[in-house]
Amino acid sequence: MLMSPTVRTSLIFTAIAVVGLFFADIAITSANPWKDLGRFFLGVVTPDFFSTEGLATALLRTVAFAFVGVALGSVCGFLLALIYRAYPIRIFCAFIRSIHELFWALIFLQFFGFHPLTGVLAIAIPYSGIFAKVYSEILEEADPEPGRLLPPGTSVISAFLYARIPDCWVQIRTYTAYRLECGLRSSAILGFVGLPTLGFYMESAFSQGHYSEAGAMLILFYVLIATLPLWVKPKLLPVYLLGAPFFLGDGMPIIWGNVTRFFTQDIVPSPLRGEQDWAGMGTWLGDLFVNQALPGIWNTVILTQIALVATGIIALLAFPLISSHFGGPVRRTSGHVFLVILRSTPEYILAYILLQLWGPSMLPAVVALALHNGGIIGHLIGRQSSTIALRPDAPHGVNRYTYELVPRVYRSFLAFLFYRWEIIMRETAILGILGIYTLGFYVDSAIQNIQFDKAMVLILITALLNIGVDILGRFIRKKLALQTMPTC
Amino acid sequence: MSGFDLTGLTASFGGERVIGPLSLHVQEGERVALVGRSGAGKSTLISLIHQQVGRQSSLVPQNLGLVEALPVFHNVYMGQLDANATWYNIVSLIRPFARDTRAVKTLLDELTLPEKVWVPAASLSGGQRQRVAIARALYRNSELLLADEPVSALDGPMAHLVMKLLSERFRTSVVALHDVELALAYCTRIVGIQDGQVALDEPSEKLTPADITPLY
Repeated sequence: MLMSPTVRTSLIFTAIAVVGLFFADIAITSANPWKDLGRFFLGVVTPDFFSTEGLATALLRTVAFAFVGVALGSVCGFLLALIYRAYPIRIFCAFIRSIHELFWALIFLQFFGFHPLTGVLAIAIPYSGIFAKVYSEILEEADPEPGRLLPPGTSVISAFLYARIPDCWVQIRTYTAYRLECGLRSSAILGFVGLPTLGFYMESAFSQGHYSEAGAMLILFYVLIATLPLWVKPKLLPVYLLGAPFFLGDGMPIIWGNVTRFFTQDIVPSPLRGEQDWAGMGTWLGDLFVNQALPGIWNTVILTQIALVATGIIALLAFPLISSHFGGPVRRTSGHVFLVILRSTPEYILAYILLQLWGPSMLPAVVALALHNGGIIGHLIGRQSSTIALRPDAPHGVNRYTYELVPRVYRSFLAFLFYRWEIIMRETAILGILGIYTLGFYVDSAIQNIQFDKAMVLILITALLNIGVDILGRFIRKKLALQTMPTC
Repeated sequence: MSGFDLTGLTASFGGERVIGPLSLHVQEGERVALVGRSGAGKSTLISLIHQQVGRQSSLVPQNLGLVEALPVFHNVYMGQLDANATWYNIVSLIRPFARDTRAVKTLLDELTLPEKVWVPAASLSGGQRQRVAIARALYRNSELLLADEPVSALDGPMAHLVMKLLSERFRTSVVALHDVELALAYCTRIVGIQDGQVALDEPSEKLTPADITPLY
């Protein structure tokens, strides 16, 4: 069994993560971690929905930013999908989606300020890249036969609308709806950099120790996501789309001078401003690389690898919770609720909460990433395992788990895991903003020190790292002949 | 001109020749039946002809090529997408025009599918799907029919009805058929295919079922 390529790959990755643990900074540094955790849970079970009048506005803004951002992203993504075959377009899309929403927000904040456009573009740009890729994959899978049968002389648009779109429509709709859910999460965490969404209020509630208020926000957020199918109906969609732009808030006006300055001065590497000192440029880059980029990359990679394996473990442990081969309906329903909560909590918020409670180290980040991503993958393979028909005399309990189910779902489990590898890395980098020494930490500090030139180079490096892992993940999936659907 | 004159037709599959080289001359007004064992190369020959004669023909492929998510009306209407302006097609996708609906309904009446106009193709039975593909070919209104087992999923009387309709509406046709009786009844010429070659080529009136059986 050890010779099977999937098992070998898993063992190699586990070994890397174990070695990584020796280098990682894993500790609970706060004085009273369990007491804080207890107070937090107390806050969640005694939510206070009426403490701030801002709560309703925050929810409204969160929804508005999600709708406008995702709608803009899906339209642009669809147009890009039509020309996705062109290599430069592929690279462009890979690039824009490799930069996390929060990084985009940090960039736009520097020149648009707290204008609604910052939040909308921060969601729309990376989502365009993702939509372009997935839409083009969906369009490619459409049955080509009807198109071949069309009479010659049919216009390109008619052919596309009749022979292509109907076949993909359901998939496009499902995926876009799924992305809207992701958009709500993205929109909520944009508050952590100061936009008027849920994260903003959550951060202030937390920092003041108002756990009941924070609990109320979390609960409302879950309700918002869980009821998504109830209030997002095809017929209501035009109303939402037309209405959403009016609920983004006014923010601050754009100062165009800042925009010009940002592009002509701020992001120009400092040795090149004024008289162009190319020799100084070398030292500047070298310095940036050794002192910020390398430690950032090192920590990002270590944290990613540990979180990846932890995600896998959580997913394998969690999937029986919803699998129809274990437990009764009561346990399965509670399992569903548990996994939906894990899935719906943005890893950034989870990491933020744990960081507040346990103090700064890699541990909260690993736990947050593993819980969120493990919840998603556990949900997917749990659902898949329920479709497996076992023989009537199949063993029960642990034997059923180890002999009947895990071997059957293991390949798709690995496929999902490697698919999410790049996503985990993107998240890992961004968690640096919370004070863990990954690339995001150095980006954030550079921005704090008004060194946008350095911040841009570091964001670029982060993007390249993500693209690299994406390629590697795809290579491994291809090598092991693993397939996934894009809705993960 | 709906006849054609093709020579040197060949097709290979994975390095192995499955068809030809063979020649086929079909005159306007002829109704040709391609007969032969399954795997003899009939389907390949049909698609080769389709490639060669350009697309000025109505094709009914074996897998039908329906758009599953669209209603029957649109699947049939697709046969004339070239006849209308793009804006007209876009509007039709959302709300079809009465005159097209009438035309399609008449056609479906003849194929005894009248109540299925607005049902998505995906929810039809095998025989109904086959008739939708035939309706699309008829709606196309071209002179030459190329069809690959167009009545394989239809029961006896329905198969006769459809074959009759096809022979009335198309001036020239090449139809792959495994049912020898239908071939002799509705076609003017029988071409037998064996191992990728023409093994028999005679007018139907000179043949009896017994002459064709050796091909199977």
